Amino acid sequence: MIGEVGSPVAEPQEHSENQQTVRAPIATVLAERGPQVLAAWTHRGGSLASRSGTAELERDGGAVLDALAAALGTADESVDLAPVSRLLNDFSARRTRAGDSPAETAGLVLALREALLGELADIGDAETRYAVAREAGRIVDELALGSFDSFLAGREEVISQQGEQLLELSTPVVRVWDRVVAAPLVGTLDSARAQVVMESLLQAISDDGALVAILDITGVPTVDTLVAQHLLKTVAATRLMGADCIVSGIAPQTAQTMVQLGIDLSDVTTRSSLADALAMAIDRVQAHADRSARR
Amino acid sequence: MTAVPVVRIRNALVAAMQEDIDDRSALDLADRLATEVAAHGAGLVLLDVSAAQVVDSFISRVIVDIAQVCRLLGAQVTVVGIRPAVAITLVELGLTLEGVRTALTIDDAMDAAEEGLGGDVRLG
Repeated sequence: MIGEVGSPVAEPQEHSENQQTVRAPIATVLAERGPQVLAAWTHRGGSLASRSGTAELERDGGAVLDALAAALGTADESVDLAPVSRLLNDFSARRTRAGDSPAETAGLVLALREALLGELADIGDAETRYAVAREAGRIVDELALGSFDSFLAGREEVISQQGEQLLELSTPVVRVWDRVVAAPLVGTLDSARAQVVMESLLQAISDDGALVAILDITGVPTVDTLVAQHLLKTVAATRLMGADCIVSGIAPQTAQTMVQLGIDLSDVTTRSSLADALAMAIDRVQAHADRSARR
Repeated sequence: MTAVPVVRIRNALVAAMQEDIDDRSALDLADRLATEVAAHGAGLVLLDVSAAQVVDSFISRVIVDIAQVCRLLGAQVTVVGIRPAVAITLVELGLTLEGVRTALTIDDAMDAAEEGLGGDVRLG
């Protein structure tokens, strides 16, 4: 038994008729003592998984056991575990979204082995019990591997969704005053985001006829040479559009790092806070309006 | 070749580049602007590129040249209405039109010129 753990691949010397005879007792136990198996399963799983996971298992475990009994009960040589896997995969995907860890989800599926073995303890002679236990272990391992795969797939999906949401959330451009637009940047500035920021800032300048654009980097944790490069490009592009660009919110630590890295921002207007930058932008717009009024 | 129209308004010259400006038209424009500035003593040259969808490295080089020539002749050049997409392309190509003033609209360019301030004058 110990040698079989984690090795779901069938041993080559096992013959099909043999397989048939070892599966039959499992199917019988599942059919006759399904509720006991489920109870043992949820009891075992309870110590490994979260409470909501156990509750869900209590609700959905019966269907899994029924599907498993149906798959094992057929007279075919090969066992089709696909319907069982599908149920378990749905289950793991739901657990992923509920925030369970891989160990909890896999543990819940693997708890089925102990539950099955407990109910199979009193059948036949020692040799039959051994063969049946091996087969039961093999089947559960296979199911657990499948559910782990779907757990990962579910998690990947969550990650990619969050990535998209982050990109949408983190690049707003707001009109903060007449002819003044501001882009408060939050999070790490990589090439893809820098491009989005530049595009939306320039479009906002064009749409609002902005005279001043404020690039606030208070929420950018680190500024390395690459990020500085992106900032300089954005500043150069706003200048081409005929607007002044003010970079604000450089933290003292960041300023020191930038100086040590030799990043030259001497051609860029900077202010320590967004408030200072806005005050400066308003002065500039006001001066422009005064000039227009005098004419 | 389609010649770029150059309009004189008081002491300002306004040249509006068309959508599909080619290299020869650009060079021709540079020649005519230099001649006009010298002939009329214009103080301000506005290059309106808001219609241009594409500004390549050659055109941007010609624009920088026009700015330098006109400065020698006593006129200040402002490039007006660069589109967002064009600005991004120019920056990515490293062509930042150093030493050339920029403005979003003709109005802004004229306001800035009257006060002797350009888009590249630093704040504070």
